[in-house]
Amino acid sequence: MSTPADEPVIELSNGAVAIAGRPILRGIDLTVRSGEFVALMGANGSGKSTLVRALTGLRPLASGSLSLFGTPFEDFHDWRRVGFVPQRGGAGSGVPASVWEIVASGRLTHRRLLRPLGRRDRAAITEALEVVGLSHRASDGVTTLSGGQQQRVLIARALAGEPELFFLDEPTAGVDLPNQQVLADTLETLSVRGSTIVLVAHELGPMAPLIDRAVVMRDGRVAYDGPPLASVDVATAHLDGHHHHHHEPERHDHAPHVSSLLDGGA
Amino acid sequence: MNDFIDLLGFPFMQRAIIAAAFTGLAAPAIGTYLVQRRQALMGDGIGHVAVTGVALGIFTHTSPTWTAVIVAVLGAILIEVIRERGHTNGDVALALLFYGGLAGGVLLTGLAGQSAARLNQFLFGAITTTSITDVIVVMVLAAVIVLVCVGLSPQLFAVAQDQEFARVAGLNIRFYNLLVAVLAAVSVTVAMRTVGLLLVSALMVVPVATSQQLTRSFRSTLGAAMVLGTLASVGGLLLSAYTSTYARVAPGPTIVLLALAGFVVAWPVGVLLRSRRRLRRPFPVVEVAAHEAIDEHPHEHGKDCGHVAVQHGDHVDYVHGGHRHAPHGKHYDEH
Repeated sequence: MSTPADEPVIELSNGAVAIAGRPILRGIDLTVRSGEFVALMGANGSGKSTLVRALTGLRPLASGSLSLFGTPFEDFHDWRRVGFVPQRGGAGSGVPASVWEIVASGRLTHRRLLRPLGRRDRAAITEALEVVGLSHRASDGVTTLSGGQQQRVLIARALAGEPELFFLDEPTAGVDLPNQQVLADTLETLSVRGSTIVLVAHELGPMAPLIDRAVVMRDGRVAYDGPPLASVDVATAHLDGHHHHHHEPERHDHAPHVSSLLDGGA
Repeated sequence: MNDFIDLLGFPFMQRAIIAAAFTGLAAPAIGTYLVQRRQALMGDGIGHVAVTGVALGIFTHTSPTWTAVIVAVLGAILIEVIRERGHTNGDVALALLFYGGLAGGVLLTGLAGQSAARLNQFLFGAITTTSITDVIVVMVLAAVIVLVCVGLSPQLFAVAQDQEFARVAGLNIRFYNLLVAVLAAVSVTVAMRTVGLLLVSALMVVPVATSQQLTRSFRSTLGAAMVLGTLASVGGLLLSAYTSTYARVAPGPTIVLLALAGFVVAWPVGVLLRSRRRLRRPFPVVEVAAHEAIDEHPHEHGKDCGHVAVQHGDHVDYVHGGHRHAPHGKHYDEH
């Protein structure tokens, strides 16, 4: 089931996304290999969340081609290999739900219709709760948890499906430092186990040392793709497509040459 | 009292009790998902649309039940499509159908040369005029609703809880959204006989609102709502039958008022439970800045001292006049 190291798990070539006819993402080439920890960074509105939504199929591609685990997206149905942690705000609903129930819904990718949870399912749920350190809150209503804890519940839900590839959309937004640390520790555990992680983040915080590769978005295009940058550099990465972090020049040949902040529409 | 026992012996009454029990079980089952999706008024909207369906049946001299089912299902799909496209606010889409459905129904009934009394049977229920065929239809449709709502609960729960997550988990979101809409439409027409189209939403939503006062999980909310719905439905029917010797008491409104009475009882209990739970939630374990002992403390804290005891790491803090007192040897610490 697992993908050998260095096999591409995500291949997007010349990807474009349009929302209501307006081009949002253009000309995105992105290949993520098995076991990589990639941070998608960039300012608000740079398209980093839209890119993750395109990679998970939540936003259709206007053009370009996408493969997951070597399978063209249209033919891809093996969703148990993919785990998604959406931006927070989805933990509560009109009816109470316990932490355990939310995490249990992460097992849906493994369950057949009308079958009860099996022993393996329960074990995976218990383990996911342990990894994020919320076993003691399992039977509590999810809305009684703090924001950071709710975010951990959503991560546990993705964990319960035992995927190989994780997409996380701004998991640390509005989360205090201790909770960010727990999140970072969780991601480190996953990364060590060989999971591929694509993380959308505005600020890396305690996750910075875990990143293998940073992709910086600007105005719907990839402005930088390479080894992780210090936060200060992210702010200036778009000023010069050929940044001084130039270890592998051939990997950046698609980066746009943007000479100034002012020609943002270019 | 003897009249009441005699009344229970009549076949029409027994049919009514069966219909009420099945309706009371099915309506809150689908209602739970509607409340979870924050579409509590969806049942009401479908109920209004179904008025046109009933009138269509009266107008064309066919079975109003089946025309109501068809029109309600079409209306529910339309509401869902408008919601999904997101062009119109979901609220506004519902309002358009509310008024269109009700106006169309009243107009068609008039055209058919029928009085408002005929329509009233469907607007406010006429459970005691249920025929054997009606009861069988109600039983079958209600059983389908309950089986789907319970059997597919993992999928329906996930879709209502977080659509985007459910989609990335490979679920066909549109199918499940339409399924909920269609089931809601079917349960509206099932409950039409019992409480009537205008009160149908109450039987779908009120038991859910009552049960979530006392529950912490989705499963227990769903189960409790179904039990409460059945109790209210059968209880309301029996209550109206019992009082019918003294006054003219309609079963539909009695059922709804009984369900609401349940909420009125459960609400303060829920408020109390939630505030107790909040008070007793453990304090976070944080490194203490300094050891601060209380010089004199005349009161001995203990198991039944009357002060709220809250877990704090490896010990217990007693909440006392806005302070947190932790026993430490022979004295108390300020925590």
